[in-house]
Order: sequence, then C-alpha cells, then structure tokens
Amino acid sequence: MIKESFRSLEYASSSTKINAGDYFISILGNGDTLRIVDLEGNQAADTLFYSAEDPSVHYSASNTIREQGNLYLTAGTDLRANDNSVLLSIVADTCGRHDTLGGACSTESNTVRYDLEKRCMHACRDSWMLAISENPEFGIKKRDITHNINFFMNVPVTPGGELTFEDGISAPGKYVEMTARMDVIVLISNCPQLNNPCNGYNPTPIELHTWNQ
Amino acid sequence: MTETLENTHYSTRMSVGKHWSLRLRRGLSLKISDLKGCANVGMVLYNSMNLLERYNAPDTLKCQHTFHLTQGHCLYSDMGRIMASIVYDDADGHESICGNTSALQIANQYGARDYQNDRNDWYQNGQDAFLVELAKYGLDRSDLPANINFFNKCVIGGDGGISLSESNLNAGRSIVLRFEMDCLVVLHTCPHALLKSSEYPQGEVSLEISDAPSVEHDDQCMNSCDENKRGFENNRIYHLGF
Repeated sequence: MIKESFRSLEYASSSTKINAGDYFISILGNGDTLRIVDLEGNQAADTLFYSAEDPSVHYSASNTIREQGNLYLTAGTDLRANDNSVLLSIVADTCGRHDTLGGACSTESNTVRYDLEKRCMHACRDSWMLAISENPEFGIKKRDITHNINFFMNVPVTPGGELTFEDGISAPGKYVEMTARMDVIVLISNCPQLNNPCNGYNPTPIELHTWNQ
Repeated sequence: MTETLENTHYSTRMSVGKHWSLRLRRGLSLKISDLKGCANVGMVLYNSMNLLERYNAPDTLKCQHTFHLTQGHCLYSDMGRIMASIVYDDADGHESICGNTSALQIANQYGARDYQNDRNDWYQNGQDAFLVELAKYGLDRSDLPANINFFNKCVIGGDGGISLSESNLNAGRSIVLRFEMDCLVVLHTCPHALLKSSEYPQGEVSLEISDAPSVEHDDQCMNSCDENKRGFENNRIYHLGF
C-alpha cells in the first residue's frame, strides 16, 4: 500500500548514508521513527530488529506474516518479535511492498545458489558477523542472527507456489518508514549481492533518517 | 517405500500436543505418518556437533525456488549444507513459514492448557513445546528459527494473502526424511497455527527410524535442481573433515 509520510527532513534528528556492502547498527527509541531511503533504486536493505532490553526478543518473519495473514510487508504492517510483541509498525511506504521470505545472502548460500567458487564474495551475513563482533555492547550473538526483512526487495510467490527473485519494484528515492513500539536495536546490511536482480546487479547506497518522538 | 522399512530400528507413536527430540545420524531415515488425519508435525533441525548450524527456511526455499516443500526437496542449514532430504511424500506439500501456536492463541481458540484436569491430554502449544525441548540442549528462544510444519500446506493469493490449504488433510499421509548429516531433531505434534477449528484436534502420528538406502548418482533429491547438486557437493566437502 502506497502511503506517503507527513514527516519533513527539516525536523529529522539524524541522517546517515550507508554505502553498499556496509552495515549499520544503532538503537531506535520507543516512539521514534526510522525512514530508509533507496537512494538510487533497486537496493535491498537486509534488516533485523531486536528488543534493546533483551535481544533474545528478535524480529520474527513467521509471526509477522501469520498475524497479518499476508506475505508482504507495507504500510500498516506490525513487525513482530518471536514473543509476538510488536517491535515497530510501518507507518509510510512509497515502494508498495517488501520481502521477508528470502532471507539474507551468505557466502554459504551463494555456493549453493550460484557456484561453489563464489564462496569468497561479500555477503549480508558476513556484514552482520562483523557488526556483532565490532559492537559486542549490543549483546547480539550468531544465534540471534535470524530471518530478516529485505526492504525494497521483490520476492513474489505465485499461486502455484513458485518463489522467485524478481527485478525490484523500488526506484530512486522510494522510502519506507517505521515507528518503534519499544526501544529496539536496528541492524542493517546494505546488501552487496552481485549475482541476482535484488540490487539490479549494482549495489548502491541507502540513507537513514530518524525523528524523535 | 518397503526398503526403508526392512531395517527399522525403532518405531513409536505420538498423539497430538506432544514434543520430542533425538539425534539422527547421517544415513538414517525417519518416516512420519499421519494416522488419523489433520496432523501437524513442527520440526527444526540442528547440526548435532555444532548447534549454531541450524535449519534455515529462507535458504531452503529460495535455492529451490519454491514456497512449498515436498518430495525431491532438500532441507538446508544456514551453512549451505543439506541436513535432510525429503525422499518420499504422498501428502500435498508442507509449509515452513507460519511458525507455531502460542499459549495465548491456544487458550483463545480451544481453552487454556490445564494439566490438573486434562493430564497429558492438555492443550499444549507449539511454541512452548519447542522451548521445552530446546532448553534440554542449552538453547532458548533466540535459537528457534522458522520451523517446518509437515502435513500442512499454505494457499497463497495473488495479493500475498496466506491461508491453510484444506485440500488434503486425510489420514494415511506419509513423508520420509533421509538424513544427510548428523542432526538434532526437535519436533512437536501441536496443532497448526492457522487451523480453523474450535476443538483441539485428536490426531496421532507414527515415527519409524530405519536405515536409508545409500544415495546414488541418479538420486531424485540430488538431481531435482542444480542448486541441490551443489548442496550435496558442500556436504561431501564437509564430510571430508570426518
């Protein structure tokens, strides 16, 4: 569902550009709002959320999908945790829908999907491994790295049950905006994948803006 | 599937609302049969030698370009390896996205879990069933990935709407998993979270552990897509280490 934001960048409390292949990790306070902007279009932003108070409470794709009865994320979606609590709610979306089935790329899954000799290509899960190693204060371990959201990524499921990675439905400047319902840790890998259309074969920067409550 | 039954090492039954965990080594098969219809078997797999390696639903689904799991598909870990193959399936396919019932949902839909009155027929929920088994291995809710729900398949609408297929919930359906690496198998028989019923179901499944026939070069699971050939090659490299 396309829904534009009423928030003005003039009043944003922070703005951060994340280059392709880099990670971002930070706290978003209860009631604060995060906007992710697809600056150049067709750029997957692989994202995980945790309760800042207890990171064993983490984003759950299963609970999010089941409780809303729909595979795709958009304005109106409550992003749920493994205890079914609401971590954040999507409040604006100019892209239309986002994926939470496809997971994040990894060096290991790249060997299966493309070629064993592609195991040394940079991947989202490696970005997350670096993020949690360089930022131990968040208390996130490998076991907490679970199934994520792929903002701006298009993974349609056909009524026949086929699942494919398609060209993105995003475009330069499209954004998605969400408001935290508790203090959350935001962990993003700006996807470096070069082997499929999830980044249009050309990884590009994203920008994050936040607004305080 | 008579060949998988010739060397059955153990067989048992589990009624609805129960949970169990066990180690199954590479080369064993597990046949699960829905004896009374409407069964659900929630399952998660872990590498029994490294519990940080576990079943990964997104990797499993995307590399085989499918939303439904059935015969010919493999179950992948987050490390690019095949944990088990679905070598037989006469059900209609299985889903791996919907997760589990919670205590709250069960109480709202069927009535509260009540051991005092119901004893072991209490209305157990899938989430707590998994947490009980996981804690026995030092694992907790952090470690629970999206599970498989065997004997339940989802219908996907054009707009992404998701519901439970009611096309084949008959008794007598079976699946056979062949284990491709040593696994910790964690499973429950609690109702599916999208089951539309006001009465807690009264199902039962059988479990049979047997020797699996060896994997031949024309194996259906290995050859069902190029991705699975590479997955089996990853397993071969992994087993070089033993």
